[in-house]
Amino acid sequence: MATESVSTAPAAPEAVPELTEEAKAELELVERARVGDGRAFSSLIQRYEGKIFRLAMNITQNREDAEDVLQEAFLKAYEHLDQFQGNSRFYTWIVRIAVNQALMKLRKRKSDRSVSLDEQIDTGEDTIVREIAAWDPDPEQQYNQEELGEILTGAIDSLEPIYRTVFTLRDVDGLSTEETAEALELSIPAVKSRLLRARLQLREKLTRFFKRKGDDAFAYM
Amino acid sequence: MLTCKEFLSELSDFLDESTDREVRAKLEKHVAECPNCWVVCDTTRKTISVYKGMKECSIPGDVHSRLMAALEKRMAARPGA
Repeated sequence: MATESVSTAPAAPEAVPELTEEAKAELELVERARVGDGRAFSSLIQRYEGKIFRLAMNITQNREDAEDVLQEAFLKAYEHLDQFQGNSRFYTWIVRIAVNQALMKLRKRKSDRSVSLDEQIDTGEDTIVREIAAWDPDPEQQYNQEELGEILTGAIDSLEPIYRTVFTLRDVDGLSTEETAEALELSIPAVKSRLLRARLQLREKLTRFFKRKGDDAFAYM
Repeated sequence: MLTCKEFLSELSDFLDESTDREVRAKLEKHVAECPNCWVVCDTTRKTISVYKGMKECSIPGDVHSRLMAALEKRMAARPGA
């Protein structure tokens, strides 16, 4: 069992935007859970377990580890609910806890070196566009749901962890750049840079499946 | 006139509509005049769109059951529970 401490501390105070209905409902569940309402906490789990499990799978790429991360993240959140001050969304907070837990799993697996989502791995090479080919107007129509799911998941899984994590939070889960930065403890420029690389890499991978028939891909940059 | 490399470096902000008006005008001009960047821009936009429409996967039933069982155990062990 890892002995490293995991940050469950709330984020630094920031300007709080007006709450959406969903955010208000979430906050109400947190308040009820904080005073011991187990059903309220179960509702929070049901809201986010799918996303947290996917995030954990994205980082660890191991089902057993992802399940451990899921459990540890929610149990830690439950234990430390009094530290959640509502300056950010509960989801952002639980993502941060889950990311820390997932990184600890990776560190244990690769015990000879530290693992961080903030590693400087950009070489500049991954923003080079190698393939240009127009896509069909509705590329997803070429495949059935199952095939499409496999193509999209396969493309994400082939990215480096930092890219797939940023892309998933930002473009699949719909977090803002600021929320993604907070959840991953990255700077905003770091999130933007990784998001650009993730989007370009995915675009290139999907071009192989979605390009308009008859068009040849070619490089230009 | 922007270079293709400069256009690419701003592509994410362009797609997220988070650039200021002056930069946006330059990017729009470039993408209208450069067929390659138009394709990259269009296919990157479609990439984001196709993932946004991806069905959220539910977690396996046994994983959910074990999570809830672990939570119940923790709740029961909590002082005052």
